[in-house]
Amino acid sequence: METIIESLPMLWEGLKMTLYIFVIAIVLGFLIGLVMALLRLAPLKILNWIAKIFVDAIRGTPFIVQLFFIYFGLNSFSWVSLDNVWAGIITVAINAGAYFAEIIRAGIQSIDKGQTEAARSLGLNQSQNMRFIILPQAFRRMLPTITNQAIISLKDTSLLSIIGVADLTQRGRVIVSATFDPFTIYLALGVMYFIIIYLLSLLSGYLERRFVLR
Amino acid sequence: MSMIQVKNLKKSFGNLEVIKDITTAVEPSEVVCVIGSSGSGKSTFLRCLNRLEELSGGHVYIDGVDITDPKNNINEIRQKVGMVFQHFNLFPHMTVLENLILAPVKLGKLKSEPAEKKALGLLEKVGLGAKAKAYPGELSGGQKQRVAIARALAMDPKVMLFDEPTSALDPEMVGDVLGVMKELAKEGMTMVVVTHEMGFAAEVADRVLFIDEGYIVEENVPKELFGNPQQVRTKAFLSKVL
Repeated sequence: METIIESLPMLWEGLKMTLYIFVIAIVLGFLIGLVMALLRLAPLKILNWIAKIFVDAIRGTPFIVQLFFIYFGLNSFSWVSLDNVWAGIITVAINAGAYFAEIIRAGIQSIDKGQTEAARSLGLNQSQNMRFIILPQAFRRMLPTITNQAIISLKDTSLLSIIGVADLTQRGRVIVSATFDPFTIYLALGVMYFIIIYLLSLLSGYLERRFVLR
Repeated sequence: MSMIQVKNLKKSFGNLEVIKDITTAVEPSEVVCVIGSSGSGKSTFLRCLNRLEELSGGHVYIDGVDITDPKNNINEIRQKVGMVFQHFNLFPHMTVLENLILAPVKLGKLKSEPAEKKALGLLEKVGLGAKAKAYPGELSGGQKQRVAIARALAMDPKVMLFDEPTSALDPEMVGDVLGVMKELAKEGMTMVVVTHEMGFAAEVADRVLFIDEGYIVEENVPKELFGNPQQVRTKAFLSKVL
């Protein structure tokens, strides 16, 4: 118990870092996913291919390899200087982006064609149709899958400890090496991750009820 | 000048020629009903009139403007052409009122307050003044279709296109929808109606087009077309549906 109380301030710092990375990365990832989904559905073949190659490349390689490629690989060029936090944010964002792209694409395609026809027949252009008609409906349908991916991405941030990012996991490792009490510390870490993820799923449940599909 | 002019319209899907060659015109305030068996191309014909289907050949002029000319903004043309679909296609994430004001407000035709006022007036007109705050999912089919008509009217269209507006309705709902359409016709709206309701066509249409295999086989005032059809195919079709 004492170990936990003594290490709380440090774990708190780590938790803040984890949340900081998660929030920025998930917002960036969502934007990447949205852009890629729209490219994938664009009427131009070359754009479809760009999006498809991006998604396939990211989904077909391990997260750790992507992380090392961005942190070590890109930093080997003299004109690149990425600190480990931003390398981590970018990796999580790109990784989540590829999965979001598929989620959003499927969500858009699940909306009945008649919706677009009605919107276009009223004189709305394609981007107004997307903004006012298709995306609002698609996002409601996607919410559970989006939450799922957000939870996976949050857990992925713990892998950033490998490149020394001072997140929750890394703080835990440091404390363990000072206290020699891995059982208590890793249990505490697990509880902390669990609480955040549980709150996330509560938030998602609330949003789903709030925007119930009618 | 004709409200709608169709010149040598052609439409193919891949190798399948659905509309082979159609030329016709619709005058202001005229009500034209389009009949024909399923697969005859009548819905495709209607959907070419606001370019929901891209034409494979020929021209369509709405109020004198060539809708196939890339110099003309199709979105502006469509604002003048209301469309009502078989499956209503209301926006389920919006209330009835929001369905009606979306296009006028977002397209800068009206500010939201006058748009709401106008929308409420239109809902009164179709007999659904009490449903403004309801969501489409809470309405019956007949109510949905009347909302869809009101939504199209909210843009002050010069022409209304109806694509089998009563085909997806329970029989007891059909009358309400046809009633609203008759009212519109009486007010002088230019209408093109693809329909299986021969009674409606006989009563309301100024002219009936019989389309078969991608051509207009016969067109005439309803009394003549239904009472004294000239073509063999028209006779065969009418003997099946009447």
